[in-house]
Amino acid sequence: MSLSPTGALRHSGSLFAMALDVIRTLPRRPFQAREFIQQAWFIASVTILPTALVSIPFGAVIALQIGSLTRQLGAQSFSGAASVLAVLREASPIVTALLIAGAGGTAICADLGARKIREEIDAMQVLGIDPIHRLVVPRVLASMLVAVLLNGLVSVVGVAGGYFFNVILQNGTPGAYLASFTTLAQLSDLWAAEVKALVFGAIAAIVASYKGLTAKGGPKGVGDAVNQSVVITFMLLFVTNFVMTAVYFQVVPQRG
Amino acid sequence: MGVEICVEGLTKSFGPQVIWQDVSLTLPAGEVSVMLGPSGTGKSVFLKTLVGLLKPDRGSVTIAGRDITKLRERDLYEVRKLFGVLFQDGALFGSMNLYDNIAFPLREHTRRSESEIRRIVLEKMDMVGLIGAEGKLPGEISGGMRKRAGLARALVLDPEIILFDEPDSGLDPVRVAYLNQLIVDLNAQIDATFLIVTHDIASARQVPDNIGLLFRRELVMFGPREQLLTSDEPVVRQFLNGRMQGPIGMAEEKDAAQVEQELAQLGDRATAQTPGSGPLTPRLLPGPGITRPPRWEAIARREAALHRSEVADV
Repeated sequence: MSLSPTGALRHSGSLFAMALDVIRTLPRRPFQAREFIQQAWFIASVTILPTALVSIPFGAVIALQIGSLTRQLGAQSFSGAASVLAVLREASPIVTALLIAGAGGTAICADLGARKIREEIDAMQVLGIDPIHRLVVPRVLASMLVAVLLNGLVSVVGVAGGYFFNVILQNGTPGAYLASFTTLAQLSDLWAAEVKALVFGAIAAIVASYKGLTAKGGPKGVGDAVNQSVVITFMLLFVTNFVMTAVYFQVVPQRG
Repeated sequence: MGVEICVEGLTKSFGPQVIWQDVSLTLPAGEVSVMLGPSGTGKSVFLKTLVGLLKPDRGSVTIAGRDITKLRERDLYEVRKLFGVLFQDGALFGSMNLYDNIAFPLREHTRRSESEIRRIVLEKMDMVGLIGAEGKLPGEISGGMRKRAGLARALVLDPEIILFDEPDSGLDPVRVAYLNQLIVDLNAQIDATFLIVTHDIASARQVPDNIGLLFRRELVMFGPREQLLTSDEPVVRQFLNGRMQGPIGMAEEKDAAQVEQELAQLGDRATAQTPGSGPLTPRLLPGPGITRPPRWEAIARREAALHRSEVADV
């Protein structure tokens, strides 16, 4: 990748052009149901286990931090409320983003990149088949679906992990933990997190597909593409996360 | 019936590097043409420009009355259904077995029943001699088999134009001979327009109706096979005879003085041996089992007459 400013602009331009192409191609029939199911299954299979394993310590860290903080402030009765809030609002979308980009996105990028340098994509275009319609759209939709489901998984595992650490290890009161569950968090927090996950899934898949389909220069090119796709996706996801959080606080009235 | 491809003033560059400029030629409908050129002269780029995978900087490619360099993406996909392309390594889909690979265009573009698809796929696989390998994955077979499977896939939609990207690279001479025969037989059977990009001189001498030569960022010559084979143009002579003396160097083109000197030396010997002006390589004709269309009947008659006169000369 060239380091000139016009090069960076051109790449961002074509990335957005492809995102628009994906949106425009979405309603085109026939829908590639088979590819969609295969990809959803594939992305789920590479992300579920690492996600669960990452979200347990993540929930635990939050529980530990909040446990000691609430004790210092003398607000132990709110430890449950605070840890649910932290897991639901920030931890789960971030963990989902990391895993979707790191496990799902890299797999998509490597797969499409390998096809690109083997000229399979060219062959497909010559056979009159649009790779955006045939390959990218099902992957984007599959990644969105899996991201939403993963977000639910992270929330459950994270909250359960928080409960375990707070109650069993820090000798918190189970009743107080459960009772304060909904004092701060509300249902709209879950919806917001799910919407974030949906957007993250789309961004990760589009960036990975773009990088994969523009890979060049043999096997090394595929490696570079995967590397760049992870870096770009992470940057985009964290910026998007910030923007969406800021908008959320403006739009949805908070409790308390 | 094949379709004519009309290329005018085509220029392509990657960044500051000009690949070729001002390429103009017409591939006549239903005929076999060969595009020759030393390695790295952009033969594959030319092929990809013809199918609209790469956009040229200038110029037009007119196929069936439409300039494909100016078509919108969606129309381009329609025009591409006229094409069958054999890529260098076959470009098979690695995740599918050979049967599914060859059936892929039929399943995507037609509403045929599976039994009908099976009939067509097996027919094409028989044509390229791959019966029995339906269940193999592209990773499990040799390069030659991948190429033949790629050819079978290019044929299933009965294309009007077939492009071959170095069909003979990485194949042994016997397989190249079979492949050349297959190309000629195919041309007699389906009447499509063929373009073969290669640097194999033996194939170029035997197979085509027309030959073109790309060198030094331009099309040196394009014309009927006889004209190129008997041409006095130094680049054409050097390439078709596969010798070192001439304008084509190992890395780049040579400087003019050196070329002149080499050609002069060669000229002394050449007058004695007259290479290039010797008997024309006989053309490869369709096999005995193939019913020849009028075009091939005429070629066969001409060939027969040519060689009778040569025998008489001797």
